[in-house]
Amino acid sequence: MKPRLPWGPMARMTGRRALFAVPVLLTVTFGVFAVAAASPFDPVKAYAGTAGLTASQENLDQLRANLGVDQPLVTRWWNWLTSALQGDLGDSSVMRQPVSDVIVERMGWSVLLAASAFLIAILLGTALGVLAARRPGGWLDRAVSSAAYTLEAAPSFWLGLLAIWLFALKLDLLPAGGLTDAASETITFGQVASHLVLPAAVLGISQLPWFFLYVRQGVTDALAEDPVRGARARGLSERTVLLGHALRSGMLPMLTLIGSRVPELITGALLIETVFSWPGIAAATVEAATSVDFSLLAALTVLATAAVLLGNLLSDLLYGLADPRVAFDG
Amino acid sequence: MAETALAPLPGRTTRRIRVATSVTIVVAVALAVLIVPPLAQLDQQAVDLSNKLHPPSWAHPFGTDDVGRDLLLRCVYGLRVSLLVGLVAALTATVIGTAIGALAGSFGGWPDRVVMRIVDTLSSIPHLLLGIFIVAMFRPGVWPVIISVALTHWISTARIVRSEVLSLRSRPFIDAAVSGGASRVRVIVRHLLPGVLPQAGLAAVLMVPHAMWHESALSFLGLGLPAHQASLGNLVQSARGSLLAGDWWPTLFPGLFLIIPTLALAGIAGAWRDRINPRRKSELML
Repeated sequence: MKPRLPWGPMARMTGRRALFAVPVLLTVTFGVFAVAAASPFDPVKAYAGTAGLTASQENLDQLRANLGVDQPLVTRWWNWLTSALQGDLGDSSVMRQPVSDVIVERMGWSVLLAASAFLIAILLGTALGVLAARRPGGWLDRAVSSAAYTLEAAPSFWLGLLAIWLFALKLDLLPAGGLTDAASETITFGQVASHLVLPAAVLGISQLPWFFLYVRQGVTDALAEDPVRGARARGLSERTVLLGHALRSGMLPMLTLIGSRVPELITGALLIETVFSWPGIAAATVEAATSVDFSLLAALTVLATAAVLLGNLLSDLLYGLADPRVAFDG
Repeated sequence: MAETALAPLPGRTTRRIRVATSVTIVVAVALAVLIVPPLAQLDQQAVDLSNKLHPPSWAHPFGTDDVGRDLLLRCVYGLRVSLLVGLVAALTATVIGTAIGALAGSFGGWPDRVVMRIVDTLSSIPHLLLGIFIVAMFRPGVWPVIISVALTHWISTARIVRSEVLSLRSRPFIDAAVSGGASRVRVIVRHLLPGVLPQAGLAAVLMVPHAMWHESALSFLGLGLPAHQASLGNLVQSARGSLLAGDWWPTLFPGLFLIIPTLALAGIAGAWRDRINPRRKSELML
């Protein structure tokens, strides 16, 4: 008989989290406006660009009024918020298009990159974790664990650059960056796939240590528990014990906690998309920051916060599903 | 970050060797960044185009960069800048975190709830993104970088200190101090803070490599220190052109200069943690 999912408690938890997310997102949007107001950043000069150097004071004042910058902080924030809720996030000065268009165009590429990276990290982390947990303290375990700690200390942008040097320049196996070849006019599946390999692999490998250490810990713990002892006593092969019993319970905590890795994933994407000129949303964030494009930066910061909250919710829901002892509260 | 307590534990000798290696590396790094700059025969900024992009050799163990500067010397200077930024940022973050955590923990009630809400909110923004936002608004430079790192990193210290204070608060010696007529400030300063200092110190040591990483990432993105300041991130950033032309050494060595001190500091912090918390033996902690 298939166990019924606890829809009621799960829905209630989702509702409670949504209620909690509202004040958090409001605070973050207000904080973003407050930081901008406290900084030397001047939206009028940013908007006018070099023309602002020669413009008369009258024109600048007119522009200030048009942009609504002369209003108090709370008014500006409220205006932004109300139009954002109607889908108008303002215009991006660096991309020269509405912020919502930038997000829609680039979101898919970022999701593709992130999902491939997660897949690589999960598959590789699980395989290495099981192999290491089979003989804790053995040479394989020691080698992979040391590599994992070193990898955790290595900056991902540096790994990305070295990967470009090795795979794109020396071995000439893969393209060094971008989404398609420079000469190509259309976006084809093969082009995207070959351009995806390096950034996804580097992002995945920079996330790998956490996955590996989690699986290794989980499988090591599971190998010492009663079900495994029982399976061994029944004379099941070591392979069945390891993959059928220990791995199943050892992998569960890692799979459920994937959602809580969203902040690290965003951090990694900010660097990796920039290194590989991947046309995603994280690279746009960096561009927005370099050219002080407040509308775009503010929207993307809020979006990232929402993604983190969503990831936390997902991981708590999965955790409650996987372990019925954990209640859906909080 | 990775908190692992795994069996079987390495033997006592292995652990001693590990700690000794870590301490040696940190001492060597400290000596290098303090002594080399005043003693250096070469000027790290001096451009020598006839010597550009030499691969590693006896004369230049790390090779030279695209304008002929010795990379070993550049890396030592870069480490010096990154370490200084990391130390100041970590110290600032620890002071903020300890103060806020101690106040929240010892006052309790609504101040505690308000502070913890703020902490929850701030921790739902990815640190690097928040750092990027702050630096973008305040223009890149040394102080915006330090402030952006400090403002994003005090949170974990505040959580640790708060929970330590909460557990210390119910101990008899605090009751004794209060019934002896000690003021609230005195109780915090004389009785609570000394108890949380080891934990806060540990958090600070662990934060230094974190802060260095942050500075490097920001500088690499072009949002950190000004380009003429040879921080490790700036070195990697300025090596991008040479890398795409096939020269690996200007990229490789600054990265190693970031990884090795990070691992050494993590090794020391792990040993320190085992001392304050002997029941739980840790491996390397990052």
